[in-house]
Amino acid sequence: MEQFLASLAFIILYGGTYGAVLFIISVGLVMTMGLMRVPNLAHGAFAALGGYLTILLMNQAGANYFVAVPVAVILVAALGALAERTIYVRLYNIPELDQILLTVGIAFIFVGGLALTFGPNVFTIRLPEVLSGSVDLFGRSFPVYRVFLLAVGALIILGFWLVFDRTTLGAKLRAAVDNRSMAQATGINVERIVMLAFAAGTGLAALGGAIGAGLFPLEPLYPIKYLTIILIIVALSGFGNIKSSIVVAMVVGIADTAARYYLPELGGFAIYALVIAAVAMRPAGMFARQG
Amino acid sequence: MKITVSSTGLSALDRPRLPMIALVVFALALAVFFVFPDRLSLAAYIGIFALFALSLDLALGMAGIVTLGHAAFFGVGAYTAGWLALAGWQEPITGVVISGLCAAALAGALGPFILRLTGLPLVMVTLAVGVFLFEAANKLTWLTGGDDGLYGMTFSPVLGIFEWSIYGTTDYLYVLAWLALAFYGCHRLTTSNFGLALRGVRENRLRMSLLGSSVLAQLTLAYALSAFIAGVAGALLAQTSEFVGLEVLSVEKSIDVVVILVLGGVGHLYGALLGAPVYLLIKDMSKEWNPHAWMIIIGFMLVFVMLVARGGIHGVLHKVIARSRGKLPNGEPR
Repeated sequence: MEQFLASLAFIILYGGTYGAVLFIISVGLVMTMGLMRVPNLAHGAFAALGGYLTILLMNQAGANYFVAVPVAVILVAALGALAERTIYVRLYNIPELDQILLTVGIAFIFVGGLALTFGPNVFTIRLPEVLSGSVDLFGRSFPVYRVFLLAVGALIILGFWLVFDRTTLGAKLRAAVDNRSMAQATGINVERIVMLAFAAGTGLAALGGAIGAGLFPLEPLYPIKYLTIILIIVALSGFGNIKSSIVVAMVVGIADTAARYYLPELGGFAIYALVIAAVAMRPAGMFARQG
Repeated sequence: MKITVSSTGLSALDRPRLPMIALVVFALALAVFFVFPDRLSLAAYIGIFALFALSLDLALGMAGIVTLGHAAFFGVGAYTAGWLALAGWQEPITGVVISGLCAAALAGALGPFILRLTGLPLVMVTLAVGVFLFEAANKLTWLTGGDDGLYGMTFSPVLGIFEWSIYGTTDYLYVLAWLALAFYGCHRLTTSNFGLALRGVRENRLRMSLLGSSVLAQLTLAYALSAFIAGVAGALLAQTSEFVGLEVLSVEKSIDVVVILVLGGVGHLYGALLGAPVYLLIKDMSKEWNPHAWMIIIGFMLVFVMLVARGGIHGVLHKVIARSRGKLPNGEPR
């Protein structure tokens, strides 16, 4: 029994860190999809880019990890803003399939570009000394790196809460998500808000790609490989519901870890069965208002 | 969210235009047999993907079912054909039909559950079904051979006459015959009452159900028919290559077939015939040139088609032909 509880606690911890990274990567997509109604299937590409830029900054410019990550995030966010103004802005009123294909095309360009620039192999980011040890937890060791992931996830949740609930920008953002044209009519510059949100979303993806590289190894196929799991979070969160995306990311992270641990034979695809059932029952998302 | 498909769709009572394209394409396909006798294996592969894309056009172009998981049916068809042959059923034509039926049965079972969805939830669930089958096939090694795949199968001669040859002559003509048959069937279907009803469902689901149309049943039937053809394509891949690998179920195959169809043009059946050779030849050539560059090229092509040349190759051809006749047909956007 004690054994079981101990393993359960560790599954929750390990699954929770997995969920935290999933949350950081996908929350940007949840937000922009609610706001822009564009399924940006290239979202994973921005995450991969964040990771690769971090490696580049550390290896080529000799930057410290804690400098390289934020610089990479800012660069990707700027690229996101640029992409929103030039490409994504053309996607708002075209059919869904076209949006999907165009963003898949962008993801392809990234995959090919990453493979050409960095080669087809998996890259690892050297963690700074502070993050490479482990701490003692319930008599077992737990990597500091994972504590760091949980902390960053918590900080981002706090940040979201502060921006959304405590600032005018947040209020405008919520207005734009709820009713775009009404927000526009009250004088909110929705275009600017969308651009900022998209930049923030891609920046968050980059952050997740950079600090989550220990769980999601960086490789050229990254944008396609992790697309399914990212989209699962978005679909179950209900396209635009940031609060539920926290819960969904955690549940998916923990459920996936638990399934792989207790049912190693089925573990890999248990999560997909769950998703099929969940979306089929509640197509608007797990926490959508019924109606 | 409303689903519309980026086709320049036929208006309801039109006979499909440009039947010439089909004849030209099939004439060219026959010419390939004589002009490139040493590339017939690649040509057969292209034909198989044209058939696969044709099946997607039935679901996506006609019925408006936006799916990112069509490789599920392709893969089920391929594995079924492989299992049949390994179990001793080596007759190819019945093997293909049984494989198609298995894929159709899967679609028929899934349809009532997932076709109630539209838009992104539908895309998600079809994607999840695809990934689920892939992961399952990966784990069930006693059934699928896992990473190694199914191999060591042989097939008896087609119709008991035509031996399979290493030059792919039988393979190519066999694939072409199936493609022509399926194309003719789909062409008849588009002009049938069922085809018109599907088009109605695609344009406005609610209105069709208010008109007394049993939308879900019709969509499921369309999905199953589409899956049948996808399964046939998969079975043909198994029979011509005498091998079934995990990649037949991969997300990459699902994306490939959507890209083929969109490059060619959605909703006219011809798109599949035009897109498959263009996509696969570009993929083949650019992979030879540089193993990584092809994704960049395909990516830019997709962006280009979506932003500039909506309607794909078929759309461009259609416009060129219409211009040369000095008129744009009615109901054509832009």
